[in-house]
Amino acid sequence: MSGAGGAHPGRPRSAARDIERYAALFAERTKVMKSSAMRDLMALTERPDVISLAGGWPDTSTFPPDSYAALMSTVASQSCARALQYGPTEGLSLVKHCIAKVMQAEGVEIDTDELLVTTGGQQVIDLVCKTLLDPGDVVVCEAPTYPGAVPTFCAYEAQVVQVTMDRDGMRTDQLEATLEELERSGQRPKFIYTVPTFHNPAGVTLSLERRSELVRIASQRELIVLEDNPYGLLRYEGSPLPTLRSLDDQFVIYASTFSKILSPGVRLGWAAAPAPVLEKMNIGKQASDLCSSSISQYFVSAYFDSRPWEDYVRSLIEIYRRRRDVMLDSLAEQFPREAEWTHPEGGLFIWATLPDYIDTTDLLARALDEHVAFVPGRAAFLDGRGGSSMRLNFSGVDEDQIREGIRRLGEVVREQVALYGTLTGARPTGQPVRRPATPPAPPVPRPPDEQLADVLRLPRKRA
Amino acid sequence: MRVAVLKGGRSLERQVSLRSGARVQDALERLGHVVIPIDVGTDLVDRLTDANPDIAFVALHGRDGEDGTVQELLEALGISYTGSGVSACIRAADKVLAKHAMRDQGIPTPDFYAFSETAFQALGAAQALPAIEERLQFPIVVKPATQGSALGIKFARTPADVPQALVAAFSYDRKVLLERHIQGRDLAVSIIEQGPGDGDRSRAARALPIVEAVPQQEDFYDFESRYEIGRTKFVCPAELEEAVAARAGEIALQVYSLLGCRGFGRVDLMLDSADQELYVLEADPIPGLTETSLLPQAADAAGLDFDELIGRILGAARP
Repeated sequence: MSGAGGAHPGRPRSAARDIERYAALFAERTKVMKSSAMRDLMALTERPDVISLAGGWPDTSTFPPDSYAALMSTVASQSCARALQYGPTEGLSLVKHCIAKVMQAEGVEIDTDELLVTTGGQQVIDLVCKTLLDPGDVVVCEAPTYPGAVPTFCAYEAQVVQVTMDRDGMRTDQLEATLEELERSGQRPKFIYTVPTFHNPAGVTLSLERRSELVRIASQRELIVLEDNPYGLLRYEGSPLPTLRSLDDQFVIYASTFSKILSPGVRLGWAAAPAPVLEKMNIGKQASDLCSSSISQYFVSAYFDSRPWEDYVRSLIEIYRRRRDVMLDSLAEQFPREAEWTHPEGGLFIWATLPDYIDTTDLLARALDEHVAFVPGRAAFLDGRGGSSMRLNFSGVDEDQIREGIRRLGEVVREQVALYGTLTGARPTGQPVRRPATPPAPPVPRPPDEQLADVLRLPRKRA
Repeated sequence: MRVAVLKGGRSLERQVSLRSGARVQDALERLGHVVIPIDVGTDLVDRLTDANPDIAFVALHGRDGEDGTVQELLEALGISYTGSGVSACIRAADKVLAKHAMRDQGIPTPDFYAFSETAFQALGAAQALPAIEERLQFPIVVKPATQGSALGIKFARTPADVPQALVAAFSYDRKVLLERHIQGRDLAVSIIEQGPGDGDRSRAARALPIVEAVPQQEDFYDFESRYEIGRTKFVCPAELEEAVAARAGEIALQVYSLLGCRGFGRVDLMLDSADQELYVLEADPIPGLTETSLLPQAADAAGLDFDELIGRILGAARP
């Protein structure tokens, strides 16, 4: 048999030895990196025969191919050598000017020196964790939180505290209570992570009053707020609210991206942060990838030069608004009375909550049989909560597919509601209820479970 | 030989199968075979016809791959293949069929009751639940009849948990079972057959050293930890009294033969901590072949490296 020391060159080491050897090499933090079962299930949602309401994808088919070709040709003819070269870690100033325009549209006047161009908005989350967190440090975020932030928090061995939301976003009274409780136990969180506008996955928006409250709390306690705002410009109704960054420039790190207003394929995002923090993040980024793609940066710059960038965003808003409405109408038609869901004023997601006896991770297996997929709610919590919720995306597929996807999903949900009724002798209707598509008071994630108290404290998980 | 490696497919265990398949391909190439990898889909028959393989290595797990469907197709196409045949796959993949067969033969398996969704909907089976709960005693394990891995397996600790657990299990299958929970040690007996070239052409099946799965965190050996390094500690050979280990191997071989398995397989048992009795949970006709899978670990403990294991499985394939 093969030896561990390579006595048989070219022969594989055995499985058990592989496990032992690699396991001994892995860093402690890899033990808290979660996933697997859900990752394997989610991989199935990418099958071509599945209507996927699971992704967070914008519809890039709306971007005209000839424009893309023209822009790339401009990059080639005007900036070929520079586009193929490394760039400064903080990003090319021509892109920073584009970013400043986007931020201006969000109501923030920014100096380009205050910006760090990153590889997607996701890198901002990573760099903030890298810059601020020691293992065991506390991060406060919403419950539910952006599923993509969970592995990042885990990788930095953060202790995550999730604060309940309602229709007006994070409950700032509970945030304050949480912070006080943490203080009493001698813990000071490093930062508060929030998606205040068109929350992913909850679909709700932090009210103006709470925005002021949040920045007041942060500034009083000298805590950083990481404001993640990828969807702010995708508003389908209502009036824009000020960003947290525009309410406070001392303690807010602002993160955004070109992913939802242009293309996730360019992998470009940015951070605006207080100078000392930005400097540290810059060093962190240098270690990660030296700089973001120069080709992408020249592409974005050429795009902003070629036309009013807002036009494409306006066209996206029209498309996504119709898709959101179709999804809301379909939910009202197809989902049983026992279900509730949010009514997002913008963004890409609806958060639906089913009766607590339905586990949406298991439901996904059943839904995949019907060739339809969503993200199970558990992905947005670090403690196994969210088991009866699901995130539904309405930007990635067309209106007919949304209708059909929700029809199929509604059928399996009704089936399970009816089965539960049969098993318990209860008589849930299992029938869809026609509801107005635009209710004045949209349903929101359920109130916190009493047993879980107001705030759920999560110990850092170690395997 | 030209070997078609069938992997992937549309089952919930697709990712695991892709990992198994990739390792099998590498091993077969090192053994000097021409490998034709096939991610199983609607074009399977065309792909097989074009590839014209001497043999198909079935590295599929779960629905279609492990329940006799693909095997039936390979029989129809006249292509020989690794592992168990159609009837053994049908019996082993369905836990209810397998457990009935075991019970009929007096092989110990935890008490159970199985129902289809129809039984609840049309025959009022829910009314029999209190009697079932009385007999099985809590906690009760509720599982889908045919799902591999541990997807959809729930513990019901009180009567109030049962309906929810049933709804979850029915997400995976139209038939589910309620089973008495055995508190104890989780043992896996892997089995391989002697193939040609081993100096023994009798194809005698033999049990490999037993692997014990010791969960490190959760109170349940779940789907997640089953495939993740560091989540479960595997001990091989399991530290067992010689007589217990021998008995486990004996029972596993009995199950393997009873179900008509061929080539290789794995039988999962529980060693009851209360009475030290062994109970068979299920038999797996195509156990995982990933880096963290139990069969390769057991083979390794028996002095058989992965390439040799794959060579054996190929050698023992149906002609």
